[in-house]
Amino acid sequence: MTVAGQTLFEKIWNSHVVASPEGEPTLLYIDLHLVHEVTSPQAFDGLRLNGRRVRRPDRTLATADHNVPTDPISTPVKDPVSRRQLEALEENCHEFGITVFPRGHENQGIVHIIGPELGVTQPGMTIVCGDSHTSTHGAFGALAFGIGTSEVEHVLATQTLPQQKAKTMAVTLRGKAPAGVSAKDIVLAIVGRLGTGGGAGHVLEYRGEAITDLSMEGRMTVCNMSIEAGARAGLVAVDETTIDYLRGRPGVPEGEAFERLADHWRTMVSDDDAVFDEEIVIEASELVPYVTWGTNPAQVVALDGVVPSPDEYDDPDEKNSTERSLAYMGLTPGETIRSIPVDVVFIGSCTNARIEDLRAAAAVAQNHHVATNVRALVVPGSHRVKRQAEVEGLDEIFLAAGFEWREPGCSMCLGMNPDQLGQGQRCASTSNRNFEGRQGRGGRTHLVSPVVAAATAILGRFASPEDVLA
Amino acid sequence: MKPVRVIEGRAVPLERSDVDTDQIIPSDWLKRVERTGFGRGLFSEWRDDPGFVLNDQRYVGANILVAGPRFGTGSSREHAVWALMDYGFAAVVAPSFGDIFRTNSSKQGLVIVQLAQDDVDELTRLVTQDSTRLVMIDVEQLKVEVPETGWQRTFVLDPMIRERLLNGWDDIGLTMRREASITAYEGRSTAPTVDGVFDEAGHVIAH
Repeated sequence: MTVAGQTLFEKIWNSHVVASPEGEPTLLYIDLHLVHEVTSPQAFDGLRLNGRRVRRPDRTLATADHNVPTDPISTPVKDPVSRRQLEALEENCHEFGITVFPRGHENQGIVHIIGPELGVTQPGMTIVCGDSHTSTHGAFGALAFGIGTSEVEHVLATQTLPQQKAKTMAVTLRGKAPAGVSAKDIVLAIVGRLGTGGGAGHVLEYRGEAITDLSMEGRMTVCNMSIEAGARAGLVAVDETTIDYLRGRPGVPEGEAFERLADHWRTMVSDDDAVFDEEIVIEASELVPYVTWGTNPAQVVALDGVVPSPDEYDDPDEKNSTERSLAYMGLTPGETIRSIPVDVVFIGSCTNARIEDLRAAAAVAQNHHVATNVRALVVPGSHRVKRQAEVEGLDEIFLAAGFEWREPGCSMCLGMNPDQLGQGQRCASTSNRNFEGRQGRGGRTHLVSPVVAAATAILGRFASPEDVLA
Repeated sequence: MKPVRVIEGRAVPLERSDVDTDQIIPSDWLKRVERTGFGRGLFSEWRDDPGFVLNDQRYVGANILVAGPRFGTGSSREHAVWALMDYGFAAVVAPSFGDIFRTNSSKQGLVIVQLAQDDVDELTRLVTQDSTRLVMIDVEQLKVEVPETGWQRTFVLDPMIRERLLNGWDDIGLTMRREASITAYEGRSTAPTVDGVFDEAGHVIAH
């Protein structure tokens, strides 16, 4: 029975309350805990120190992703500190009985790519991971959020988390997005509008035609960057697109059992009369391709635009941070975005390394060549994505166009592995964060969609697919 | 976690907004499997700059960090909290914080003091004028003061977080008191597990 007037968030929240003691946070049950090598070793150590076990290994799944090199799998991990961390993940998972996909495993990949593609991410679930981009899984109508290592330990030990209930915000995209505007552009527009703190304390539910028109891959791109607006999580209601994506995946049953499950999933929508704490409306028809110009993901400008000036801001704090960002980025106010040359192009990350992203980028790259002096990397999000791309011949298109075709991992999104920018290098990146030093010390990151990244690689400066054909 | 009642010390003004956790502790430091030693990596990309405030001799030994809005946004890395505490910080004062950073801080005993922008500006001015000024943060009374000047403000903490800070309680231990409720919940939950999806080597078991 559906209780009238509930948002999707409230439905999931209410069905996962273990206890709500007076004067204490609600204890929330966690259906799926995804684990990776970087935020877990100290948590496993904590369990050992206190003689605790993992309560539900069957609700826990681990993969190596953050620090794995993207060199051929046959090459050993050269960095001893990275190697030790990867070994620790495997040892810990074996000790505590958790399924783990180490480097090179057929199911290994970026944690937020493999959950959905294996079908273990399902509507109505609560999902956590020691990574802020866990919000990605919200595309399936699951409440998914990032946690710190203490909370990782807490979930391992108890399969629950004490939580204060978040507020809800409807983010409504009114109308259709114009052709050439991708999911990445939609979310860059949303983050630009909300700012880096605008979503704080809230769970965002993305709604409207421009959202429901998106594939699951596109919805994941949008939900992925919820955290960049400061939100705890992002959600998209379940529809037939969701169900069609999950049908036949390893983690779901087949036949009649699947259809019964799908009927339950179809209830994972906000009721028509549900009330959100806040709502923002964005006219989808006004959206265009975007590029970030600064050092936080809300510093967004149209690809057709120019680098902004600190004089555009009245608030002294914003003026000051704009000046700092421009200095770090080595940009001059008024420069046209299309005139800015890049050194590196990175196509990858939990934001944009799914098969659809690679298809879109390959379509732009086909029969063209990466500009001289540009290094362009394609890092598939998982081995499954990589194998699928190779079946479709995308690897050959990229290689013929002068892109590197690498092994899966988080790679240059956060530069924990050897894929890093050098001092002052400028990168067009399909990842999610343009923070100072994120992709390598002194590196300058501009966030873009996969098609803008591919076009930029070919022309050596920021460009759209149309510019490549012109 | 050690109990925290009153923090007394000097404060260092960072005067930057949007200090994300990548800036607090760059990813190069995240490869380590230990929980200690992260203080050396704190703000490491800025510390080469002799003009950076943490390199200012007047602020050496300060244990309270005063920062701009949206401190600790971005990555969920708890290493940011470990780095701040390992360096010697016991509290951060700012107009706003990233949600995950705030939670991570509460688990480690790093005290988060959220004040209005004007109050943060005022505190910044007071400790910039005279870096030797004593600042006190009282977790029990929920107030922050610069006794020498009479400046005093109250702040808000989640009551449960305050209790845990004051008593040094272990979160997991607290939750384990709810064992019966967790087991009862599990008895009625129909949410799928990964059991039967993968074999011991992590390969998908054919349906």
